[in-house]
Amino acid sequence: MALPVPGSEIAGAEVPVGGDAPAPRATSRLRRAIRGNRKATVGAAILLLIIFVAVFPGLLAPDSPSAAVYAQDASPSSAHLLGTTQLGQDVLSQLIWSTRQTLFVTLLVSVIATFLSMIVGVTAAYVGGLTDRVITVIIDVFLILPVLPLLILLAAYLPPGVTSLTIVLCITSWAFQARQLRSQGLSLRNRDFLVSARVRGERGLYIVLREIVPTMTSLLVASFLSLAVYVVGFAASLQFLGLGNSGQLMWGTMLYNANQGAALESGNVWWALAPGAAVALLGASFALLNYAFDEIGNPALRRIRRRRRARPTA
Amino acid sequence: MRYLAKRGGLFLITLWAALTVNFAIPRFMPGNEAAAVLATFRNVNPAAVHALDLEFGVNVHQNIVQSYLQYFGNSLTGSFGYTAQGVPVLHQIVSTVPWTLGLVGVTTVIAFVIGTVAGILSAWWRGGRLDALLPPMLFIVSTVPVFFIGLLLIYLFAIKLNWLPFSSNYDLGATPSFSLSFIWDVIKHALLPAFSLVVVTAGLWVYSMRNNMVTTISEDYVKMGRAKGLSSMRVMFDYAARNAILPNLTGFAMQLGYVLGGAIVIEYLFSYPGVGYLFYTATTDHDLPLMQGLFLFYTLAVLICVLLADLVTAAIDPRTREA
Amino acid sequence: MPDPLLEVDGLTIEYLTDAADVRAVEDVSFSVGAGEFVGVVGESGCGKSTMLFGVAQLLSPPGEVTAGRVIFRGQDMVKLSAGELRHMRWRDYSVVMQSAMNALNPMKSIAAQFKDALQAHEKLSSAEIHERSARVLEMVGIDPAHLKSFPHQLSGGMRQRAMIAMALLFTPQLVMMDEPTSALDVVAQRSLMSKIRELQATLGFAVIFVTHDMHVVSRYCDRVLVMYAGQVVESAATENIFERPMHPYSRGLIDAFPTVTGPRRELVGIPGSPPDLAEPMSGCRFQPRCPVAMPVCAEVEPELYAVDSSEVRCLLYTDVDRLERRADG
Repeated sequence: MALPVPGSEIAGAEVPVGGDAPAPRATSRLRRAIRGNRKATVGAAILLLIIFVAVFPGLLAPDSPSAAVYAQDASPSSAHLLGTTQLGQDVLSQLIWSTRQTLFVTLLVSVIATFLSMIVGVTAAYVGGLTDRVITVIIDVFLILPVLPLLILLAAYLPPGVTSLTIVLCITSWAFQARQLRSQGLSLRNRDFLVSARVRGERGLYIVLREIVPTMTSLLVASFLSLAVYVVGFAASLQFLGLGNSGQLMWGTMLYNANQGAALESGNVWWALAPGAAVALLGASFALLNYAFDEIGNPALRRIRRRRRARPTA
Repeated sequence: MRYLAKRGGLFLITLWAALTVNFAIPRFMPGNEAAAVLATFRNVNPAAVHALDLEFGVNVHQNIVQSYLQYFGNSLTGSFGYTAQGVPVLHQIVSTVPWTLGLVGVTTVIAFVIGTVAGILSAWWRGGRLDALLPPMLFIVSTVPVFFIGLLLIYLFAIKLNWLPFSSNYDLGATPSFSLSFIWDVIKHALLPAFSLVVVTAGLWVYSMRNNMVTTISEDYVKMGRAKGLSSMRVMFDYAARNAILPNLTGFAMQLGYVLGGAIVIEYLFSYPGVGYLFYTATTDHDLPLMQGLFLFYTLAVLICVLLADLVTAAIDPRTREA
Repeated sequence: MPDPLLEVDGLTIEYLTDAADVRAVEDVSFSVGAGEFVGVVGESGCGKSTMLFGVAQLLSPPGEVTAGRVIFRGQDMVKLSAGELRHMRWRDYSVVMQSAMNALNPMKSIAAQFKDALQAHEKLSSAEIHERSARVLEMVGIDPAHLKSFPHQLSGGMRQRAMIAMALLFTPQLVMMDEPTSALDVVAQRSLMSKIRELQATLGFAVIFVTHDMHVVSRYCDRVLVMYAGQVVESAATENIFERPMHPYSRGLIDAFPTVTGPRRELVGIPGSPPDLAEPMSGCRFQPRCPVAMPVCAEVEPELYAVDSSEVRCLLYTDVDRLERRADG
């Protein structure tokens, strides 16, 4: 599932589940698949670029992001490719230096939330019975609760900053893929290789970690990717609304400052559009990778080569 | 029927969870935030201050369980406290809802139609240009945060071209009336926010609709429809689309929470005085009761829509109707 | 000999995908006379269903007819436009699929599904529609009260019959059936088959019957086509196939099915598995599994050779020396 349609899970729709055997060496296949699929290549390229900028901001940024020494609200020029902020800071430098924190929060939250989803989902599947039913209800409740309102409510009353941001995002995201992971856990429960592990006398935790999790890798990666798309957007939205720490260097806070500084009206367009575009780009890269991942995993969704002009399908 | 009963149970539990979150927040709020809230209300009216005291559990001779139950009782009777301006929360929300209802309601319907048709057509003409261009495009667009679309639109249409306004829901000097010029004014102000919402929502819908259609199209009964010599249109809508939409309805209702969240951001961006903007100002005002009331409102809205979707699905799908 | 009702000539069907082109059906030729009951047998994956849907012009992308002709009522169906084909569909030929649970639209009542088929081709009043629908249901032994029912409300056997009734709405000359009894239990199968035979006798339509069940074939079919790896390997009258199977594969098929009467004998399967159609093949496709293969079989691909009233694709029935000389020279 690329775009999450959490409701369809609750409604009882079936989830396409992964393979029949423990995951084989998939890395070479993965690399080949990425190169072969255009969406994946573009997505991966964008993501790698962003990671590079995050890791080496000093190499690329012409200025220090906080040096408020330049002409205020300047339009783009050769000295300041994206103009300056209301306080006279170089927008481009700010953008570059904000990459690290933004990417860090996105990845951290996505990893934690995916991990939590997996623990909950697999536990529910493996333990079964009443525990399973209770967990499922909890998951469903979290899936129905509207995310941004909950985020706002929580974030408004925690001290503004990256830690709070991470915490509230994790709280609202952990349930995201829990249903899918539980489904796969259920279907794996009685697979031959697991039964043989039980028969060999392996303990539950071993089975979970060494047998189940590797098989679920593809679903975990898909979950991570689709979650990341939304984390990027929600984090930026929260900060845009002013619930982050406006002093911190993140794309969302740049957007907040730009909006407060009436960037668009005063002609200082890039101050607002550049971080927005950056957020969009990061989200799009995850989305592309996710879309491609879906197609690689589910051949029915792939592009069909056409010999003649398009004909009706059925 | 039993399914609906189970769903009803889930909804009640969700409502209870929302109420509990509301109750828990003031109780667990860090000290300085609590102080900020109380400061906002200090000079308003005694009833508001008293209600707040109850929420924070200060100056009240009750244990936490009693407070919890009382909070519940209050919520059930519709008394959600007062806003920072001294207006009853319920009243404030109800008077603001129509603007958001109009905006989100209309855009959701439009997005549904566009998304459904685009999804159906692109799946039907698989491999054609529509299928190559549309779903990836709309998919990307739907993953882009909605405020970016809004920003772009503001820049393009409001500032550069100066065609449309980008702030508020009608011109500052105008007086509300049912005159044509006022209505046109309202529409003009709603166009950009509406367009932003439509673009994002339709994108969400296209993707899942297309995938559903692709699966449905490979079903035998669609082939049978073709075999019977029915027209292509007929097979596409009556046999494929009709069966493909159904499982999606509930999923779409579930995504309404996401759409409503997007509406909050859009209303903030465009200073459109709907419920979302109210939520934003409540945040800056430290207006806790209003925020809690709004959170409840949003939860209820999503629940109602999901319930409706369930009912419609049950009504349309003959398999759920037993003789 | 009167003109055949349907003539398939050199039909080739391929799946054209980004990865590879797979030739699911290769150079299939046969004809069906009016009122004939022709069976098509073969193991899973031999291409019989694909061939059937290819003939019916019901392939879905990426499947396509890439060569051959299908002459029906004097026209080559492969060359017809969608509009012209639609004219013929259901009126001149109809299709019955394997599982009625999947083939009937779960959201429409039986009456509605009959109705849209009728209305697609004729202008009828609702009374006429109802009357016609009730009549075909009675023909297959279903109470017309079930017109109001939805597919999931009928039993498996009834659903299958309803599908057959639907196929007979316009009493077409040809009905193509893809394993219509496979989803049923043995008793229901028998009941359905005798009903089909009875209807065929009354209404006089021809049947192409795809199945893997040799018993059904032996009881009901006039002629049999045996398919293997996308090709027709033997085509003969039923008695001939069962009493004197010519192709080693046909022989293997017949030997694999026990009879209730007759002497007890050891059941022999056919070892090995069918070839991968995506890989290029040389020589006879059955050769790797053939118990009587000759060295030349690996090199020369046999054609369909006529032997009396039958046809067989096996080098045993041709002058091998002549072939070898041609290959060398």
